Amino acid sequence: MNDTDRSPVAGRLPWVLVLPAAIGLVFLVLPLVGLLVRAPWSTLWERLTEPQVLEALRLSLVTATLATVICMVLGVPLAWCLARLAFPGRRVVRALVTVPLVLPPVVGGVALLLALGRRGLVGQWLDSTFGITLPFTTAGVVVAEAFVAMPFLVISVEGALRAADLRFEEAAATLGATRWVVFRRVTLPLIAPGIVAGAVLCWARALGEFGATITFAGNFPGQTQTMPLAVYLALETEPEAAIVLSLVLLAVSVIILASLRDRWVNSP
Amino acid sequence: MFRRVSGLLIAVLLAASACGTSDDTAAPAASSAPAASAPAATELTVFAAASLTETFTELGKTFEAAHPGTTVKFNFGSSATLATQITQGAPADVFAAASPATMKTVTDAGLATGPTVFVKNKLQIAVPPDNPAKVESLKDLTDPKVKVALCAEQVPCGAAAIKALDAAGLKVTPVTLEQDVKATLTKVELGEVDAALVYQTDVIASAGKVTGIAFPEADQAINDYPIATLTKAPAADLAKQFVDLVLSQQGKDVLTKAGFQAP
Repeated sequence: MNDTDRSPVAGRLPWVLVLPAAIGLVFLVLPLVGLLVRAPWSTLWERLTEPQVLEALRLSLVTATLATVICMVLGVPLAWCLARLAFPGRRVVRALVTVPLVLPPVVGGVALLLALGRRGLVGQWLDSTFGITLPFTTAGVVVAEAFVAMPFLVISVEGALRAADLRFEEAAATLGATRWVVFRRVTLPLIAPGIVAGAVLCWARALGEFGATITFAGNFPGQTQTMPLAVYLALETEPEAAIVLSLVLLAVSVIILASLRDRWVNSP
Repeated sequence: MFRRVSGLLIAVLLAASACGTSDDTAAPAASSAPAASAPAATELTVFAAASLTETFTELGKTFEAAHPGTTVKFNFGSSATLATQITQGAPADVFAAASPATMKTVTDAGLATGPTVFVKNKLQIAVPPDNPAKVESLKDLTDPKVKVALCAEQVPCGAAAIKALDAAGLKVTPVTLEQDVKATLTKVELGEVDAALVYQTDVIASAGKVTGIAFPEADQAINDYPIATLTKAPAADLAKQFVDLVLSQQGKDVLTKAGFQAP
C-alpha cells in the first residue's frame, strides 16, 4: 500500500525541491538550536525537579490528553457529517469549524468567556442551574484547549473520509449493514490512520496552547498554569528558567509524538 | 549558488526575527544602525509600560505636532517583557518602565543610564459596577467566596499587590495570577471575578466599566515609574527631547489627569 518508499524515478536529486526543503527545515530547526545553545545546562537538573515545574508539566499532559479525548468524541462524528451527509449549508458549517484556526487564540479566549464565563450566554445558566463556573478551573483549561485544537482533528478526519474508498461502505450497505454498523465496522478501521494523525496534531496543539488558556482559564499554579503559561511568566523575570521549561515541553512532546508516529502512522 | 541561497536564508531569518520582537518595533533595518551612520532620524521608538498606553499616546501626538516630520512609534507591554526585548537588542530610543526593578535590568546591561522617576502609581481595588460581592475594603478580599484576580508577582502590579497585602497583614488566595494589569482589569470588566488589584490609572482609563475603591494600605506599595533614554538609541536627540516633554509641566498635566501622581 505504501509505495512512496521507493523513488518513483531514478536519477539525480531534484534540486528545485530539495533546496527549498532544506531551507525550510533549517528555518524550523534554527530556533530550537537557539534554545539548546542558550540553555543553562549546569543548573538544568535543579530547575527541572522544582515542584512547580513538575506540577505544570503534569497539568499540561493531563489537560492536553483530556482535550484530545473530547475532540475525538465530538470531532470524528462532526467530520463524518461533513464528509458523508449532504445537507444545506454544509459549506458554511465547514467554514465555521475552522474558525478557531484563524481566530487569534486570545480572541478565542475572550469569546469563550463571553459564551461560557460566569456572565456569558451559556455560562450564566450553567452557574445558576448547576453551580458550575468554568473560568479559573482545570476544566476550563480543557475547554480552551479543545476549542483551539478541535479543527485540526476534524480537518484530518474529514480528509481521510473523503480519501477513503466508498465502495467498501457501499458493499457493506448492500449486504444489509445499517449506517451505524457500516461506520463502526468499515469506515472507522479504514480511516483509523487519519484519526490517529488528527489526534496527534490535536494533542500537540492543545499542549502548546497559550492564548485562549490564559484568557479563559487564567493562571494559577496547580490549577490552570500549564507549561506554556509557566514559560511566559518565567520569561518576565528569569529568561533562563523559561528556556529550561521550553526545553522540557519540547522534549516531552517530541518523544511522545515520535513514538506515536512510529507506532500508528505508516512511516518508513 | 549556495552562498547566494545562504544569504537569502539569513535575510529571511532576520526578517522573521524583526517581526518577532513586536508589532510596533519591526522598524526598518536602517533605524537599528548606530545613530552616527544614520541621517537625521525622523522616527522615535518608545517602549513604555502597558499602564502608560493612553497618556503616552497623547504625549506622542503632542511631540509629533511639535516636531513636524517626526513619527513616534510605541511598543506598549509588560515592563518586564519590554526590558527583555531591549536587552535582546530591540531597537528602541526611550524606555519608560512601571517599576525600578525592570528598569534596573536595562541599566545593569549598560543599555541606559540615569533613569528619572517621572510619576508614581497607586493600587486600587477594582470591582464590577454592581459590586456583586459587596467589596468595601482590602480585608473583604480574604473571604474565600470572593473571587479575586491579581497580577502575577513577576510583573510590577503583582509585586505591588503583594507589598500592599503584606503591609496590611492579609492573605488573599486569588483565582488567577494574570500576565499584566490590563488582563487583570479585563477579568473584572467581564464580571468573571468579583475584585482585582489594579492601578488607580487603569480604573480611570476604564471609563466606568469598573469601579475603583481606594484603600489606605496602597500607600505602602506605591510604584515608581522611571524613564530613560537608551545608550544605543538610533534617534538619541529626539529621545532626549521626548523625555524632556514627559518631565515638563505639560507632560505632568497629562499624566496627573489620568490618575498618576507626581513623584
